[in-house]
Amino acid sequence: MQLTLWTYEGPPHVGAMRIATAMKGLHYVLHAPQGDTYADLLFTMIERRNHRPPVTYTTFQARDLGSDTAELFQNAVRDACNRFQPEAMLVGASCTAELIQDDPGGLARALNLPVPVVPLELPSYQKKENWGAAETLYQLVRTLLGPKAPAPGIARSPRAVSRKPRCNLLGPTALGFRHRDDVTELTRLLTSLGIEINLVAPLDARPSDLLRIPDADFNVVMYPEIASPVAQWLKRTFAQPMSTIVPIGVNATREFIAEVARLAGLDPATVKSVGDSRLPWYSRSIDSTYLTGKRVFVFGDATHAIAAARVAEEELGFKVVGLGTYSREMARDVRTAAQKYGVEPLISDDYLEVEERIVEAQPEIVLGTQMERHIAKRLGIPCAVISAPVHVQDFPARYSPQMGFEGANVLFDTFVHPLMMGLEEHLIGMFREDFEFHGDAAPSHLGHMTAQPDATAAQVSVADRSEGVTHASPPAVVSEIGWKPEAEAELKKIPFFVRGKARRNTEKFACDRGLDVITIETIYDAKAHFGK
Amino acid sequence: MSAQTLSFAPDSQTTSGCLDAPVLRERGQREVFCGLTGIVWMHRKIQDAFFLIVGSRTCAHLMQSAAGVMIFAEPRFGTAIIDERDLAGLADANAELDRVVDRLLSRRPDIKLLFLVGSCPSEVIKLDLSRAAQRLSRQHMPAVRVLNYSGSGIETTFTQGEDACLASLVPELPPSTDPGVPQLLVVGALSDVVEDQFKRLFDELGLAPVAFLPPRKSSELPSVGESTRYLLAQPFLSDTGRALDQRGASHVPAAFPLGAEGTTLWLRAAADTFGISPALFEKVIAAPRARAERALENHRGALAGRRLFMFPDSQLEPPLARFLSREMGMSLIEVGTPYLNRQHLAEELALLPPGTRLSEGQDVDKQLDRCRADKPDLVLCGLGLANPLEAEGIATKWSIETVFTPIQGYEQAGDLAKIFARPLRRRQLLEV
Ligand code: SF4
Repeated sequence: MQLTLWTYEGPPHVGAMRIATAMKGLHYVLHAPQGDTYADLLFTMIERRNHRPPVTYTTFQARDLGSDTAELFQNAVRDACNRFQPEAMLVGASCTAELIQDDPGGLARALNLPVPVVPLELPSYQKKENWGAAETLYQLVRTLLGPKAPAPGIARSPRAVSRKPRCNLLGPTALGFRHRDDVTELTRLLTSLGIEINLVAPLDARPSDLLRIPDADFNVVMYPEIASPVAQWLKRTFAQPMSTIVPIGVNATREFIAEVARLAGLDPATVKSVGDSRLPWYSRSIDSTYLTGKRVFVFGDATHAIAAARVAEEELGFKVVGLGTYSREMARDVRTAAQKYGVEPLISDDYLEVEERIVEAQPEIVLGTQMERHIAKRLGIPCAVISAPVHVQDFPARYSPQMGFEGANVLFDTFVHPLMMGLEEHLIGMFREDFEFHGDAAPSHLGHMTAQPDATAAQVSVADRSEGVTHASPPAVVSEIGWKPEAEAELKKIPFFVRGKARRNTEKFACDRGLDVITIETIYDAKAHFGK
Repeated sequence: MSAQTLSFAPDSQTTSGCLDAPVLRERGQREVFCGLTGIVWMHRKIQDAFFLIVGSRTCAHLMQSAAGVMIFAEPRFGTAIIDERDLAGLADANAELDRVVDRLLSRRPDIKLLFLVGSCPSEVIKLDLSRAAQRLSRQHMPAVRVLNYSGSGIETTFTQGEDACLASLVPELPPSTDPGVPQLLVVGALSDVVEDQFKRLFDELGLAPVAFLPPRKSSELPSVGESTRYLLAQPFLSDTGRALDQRGASHVPAAFPLGAEGTTLWLRAAADTFGISPALFEKVIAAPRARAERALENHRGALAGRRLFMFPDSQLEPPLARFLSREMGMSLIEVGTPYLNRQHLAEELALLPPGTRLSEGQDVDKQLDRCRADKPDLVLCGLGLANPLEAEGIATKWSIETVFTPIQGYEQAGDLAKIFARPLRRRQLLEV
């Protein structure tokens, strides 16, 4: 039993709903109690979809238990099939129905429906949303395409030179973080390379479209969390190669172009001509100098967290001080990436633990999910959202992809805007004695909110806040070292955006030297020591 | 599951309003939250209580999705998520629960009342939370009292969670000390501002001291006994009412305090019970009632003559329908409710226009078919249905807003009307 305040992922059947809702002509019958229908609002409210998700819930009640829940389920499947006339159906159980063991697959099979029925076994007490989405996509494709698999060992016939290379885009779902725009961007990018899009799935595909998957020369795995299992199976079964690079960021996009050119059998010389991003120049413009070494904490699903860390460090010159994910299925990739930045990887879906680690790392910006946005807001640290779980704000009206060159432009704006504009920061440094710029003034981008940018203040606020589960152990960085009042006063004169760093450095300096009291002298000794 | 029957209440000589009207009973797919959702407002009401759901990831996800924007206020609720080990019996679920509670309470010294809230999974695996609550209470009293109730979707629908929660508090209420003197108890969560307004009116009527259930603090539990006269502030409190009856309290039947008329009827039921003179009553309510009526004027133009279709959600539907038809002039096409408590709603049903289509329970696809065929001007429905209906060109109002917003009493009557008028106004305003 695990105490949870907020969750990063829903149960696995919500993952299945993301597949069903993304597609057309597919219907999902979920054996579940009435409260589970809340999941509809994720799609109709958060994503503002104009249709109900194609999901029928049996909404069994206590009085049905032990008597006719199985019959209830069969009636629901039969009615849904008649009413919605889908090309294929998914059937499965939510957490509660899993316990009553009605065997949705067997019950549905017994109905001899005129359409293929895919039974989903999604262990609710073990797995989560992304796994559920991946498993659903895999089972659906396998059920429909399995009978068409060539005999093992038969090689794919090579592409006729007269035909353009073709690929499938696999992974975009309903309720995905910018999936809609990523599809548009990749379609544009690949088409400009001379590669045709054979099929996008599951977003906007029909079950009958999935039969065309093998027509493509290769698969682009857009979101490994969702599309890896199905792409691996297609590789094994249809000898269809798959991409491994997720094109988020300028460098990753360039590598992706090289990879797909190879998969498509294109001449590498021709692929250089496609567009480019403004990010490299913006990052080199002098206004961006102040971005140098900004301490960044990154947390999200594995794909977006790894990509954001890379963009932040390689392309913006930030310093990654924390990297983590809630995607246990991809923990290994995040560990490898964390090693590159010399940070301890954080693999956790415990919101409180993430908060603790952010406080410890004392970042100047947090790139995270809506959860981290909230943590950062409380700590007075700028934050940008880079990953699901999604919020209504993560479905902007404007075009806002994460992938490709336009995606890199979006990332530059997303990461940089929350930080102070370079000139603004410079001016505050010059006029810091002026009252408008006094030490407690909040940065303008945080609006009217009272900032607590001072790292120690942040720790206190985490430990002392009256609501929310407070940490049992004292925050790891609380220092035993005392500050003389004059030293404390001097620290206040330092602008808030470097004050946390100054405090941290001074305390480390004092600690290393065994000092137990910090004076004004200590501050400047530390400044001289660290200010190389 | 889609069996749908018309059942008729026993004949009666007087036909007033919809008291004996036939009800369309449906047992198909419901599109309603479960009782866990009540925690979203209950945890804000009882300020030193923590609500610990013993459930699944689905329950935790429901809470965070239903709480919506409120998600980011620091919560006094959480979920102990049952995992595979608990199911396989590798870990004794009770020992695990004790461990979670110990940790929670040691971190949260501000918590004085802990509710263990049962869910579908905890009920299906027959985890006995009432025994767990007794055990944990023994362990943590007097610092923390531990109670339990079920908010599961197989037992409770949306607002029934509040009912179950309040019912679990009733046995904890101390006995009345002065059994001779009748005392008024107002039952049902109201926002603090509304509660304070009512308290002032009851004071002026000479009914003080009036107690409220739930109290704002668990240390302020009202006493109850034969002298207690309870007035329901919410229409969904069947179990709580029964539990109070068992403690010897008696129910003051009344319409619910929605709109100027409803508020007057509600206050008058209390005043009559306590023998307050009509003259004093009129004097006390005259000014606020006039204010409420003026506020309603502003919205009557937008609502009068408009046709309303209500999907079942909160059990507030019948009193809302009464208000919207009688005071705002709307015409009612269908009034759905997840559960119709004829006893608590008798006063309301009597005031509904004869012939109103009442439905209880749900078969959502069929109800949507009816709704589309009826072409209403406004639909009251849950969050899952609103945007799809809007996309079909039908104006909607989320029923959850009538639960989360202060709407009771004279001073809120205008706000209540505005909730329904706004979507219609907005449609007229938009030129895209
Ligand atoms: S319906 Fe049951 S399983 Fe679903 S969220 Fe409510 S209590 Fe949990």
